[in-house]
Amino acid sequence: MKKKTNLRYIISLIVVLSLIWIGNSGFFNGLLLSLGAVSVAFVVFMAFRLNILDEESQPLQVSRRIIVYWLWLLKALVESNLSVIKRIWKGPKSLDPVVARLPMSQETDMGKTIYANSITLTPGTTTLDIEGDTMIVYALSYDAIEYLQGGDMDRRVKRLEE
Amino acid sequence: MFLAAIIAILVAMALALVRAFIGPTLYDRILAVNMFGTKTVLFIAILGYLMGRPDFLDVALVYALINFIAIIGVLRFFEYKKADPEEEVK
Amino acid sequence: MSFFIDGLSWALLIIGGFICFSGAIGIHRFPEFFSRMHAASVTDTLGSGLILIGLMLQTGGEVIVLVKLILILLFILITSPTASHALAKAALHGGLRPMQGSHKNDKEDVLNKFGRQNTSDDEQ
Repeated sequence: MKKKTNLRYIISLIVVLSLIWIGNSGFFNGLLLSLGAVSVAFVVFMAFRLNILDEESQPLQVSRRIIVYWLWLLKALVESNLSVIKRIWKGPKSLDPVVARLPMSQETDMGKTIYANSITLTPGTTTLDIEGDTMIVYALSYDAIEYLQGGDMDRRVKRLEE
Repeated sequence: MFLAAIIAILVAMALALVRAFIGPTLYDRILAVNMFGTKTVLFIAILGYLMGRPDFLDVALVYALINFIAIIGVLRFFEYKKADPEEEVK
Repeated sequence: MSFFIDGLSWALLIIGGFICFSGAIGIHRFPEFFSRMHAASVTDTLGSGLILIGLMLQTGGEVIVLVKLILILLFILITSPTASHALAKAALHGGLRPMQGSHKNDKEDVLNKFGRQNTSDDEQ
């Protein structure tokens, strides 16, 4: 059951691993560079044998708009962090936790993963589980659920799939 | 100034350790240990600056990876065990 | 210019330290496991992010140090949601249930497929 491995996933893995090696070592003499080449070749060979060189480990198909999305996510991250810190200093009385089921409009596994992970990354909301097209979200307050139901983040992740 | 940040992180680490010891359930303890690990990464990184030895960042990088793998490894053990909170308190 | 960058990095370090401290306070002030998870996630995202960005401004032109700090920040930001999701799901399988406030959905128990319901309410 060996599926055909696309050549561009191998090349992208080699490029990423070489960049990590050079970025962490910083030496350019022959011995260390050849050690790095051997390590990269070994890892690529093992990944090839494990049959994991596919679009899941190398998400090349995610569009370039991911950079814009990360910047937007950074802004959302700071806002939600400030609201949770406010709740910490106000004490437990300011909490109103809620578990809700939310719809998600993404079709690919990649889109669903990005959406669920973005929700978990922002403090105040955590994805507990995904069932088909819905997911179960635990939030510290009902405002966060209302914000997610507004669908701003959902639409932005959906646009990444195209 | 590095000193102020390091003191804040040390206090946070101490509070996380207290939660790891008193935590009523097993999962509180794992959460506190996870937070302690993240704080350790930051602590090592700032310590490298404070002592003028940026090599410490390698240690911090490896610690960040090991911390994550350790937490996932511990959770693999506990996910399917029906942990009884009362039993855990004893 | 260098004075400005130093001031900015010191401010980031101090604010980051304060946020880490707030998160640590949070895991003591919040009543139960699922809300404590959010307090820990505050220190994982904004706290460590601000401190590492503050350190990045102090590298003094050494590219290697900058690359390593960026890698640490990326690792923390990628692994933190994975770890907290795994932790929450393990707690649900272990029988813990989140405390719910005034907006509890009485019609449907969305968590019924996880492990045994925790009957004791006194372990807050």
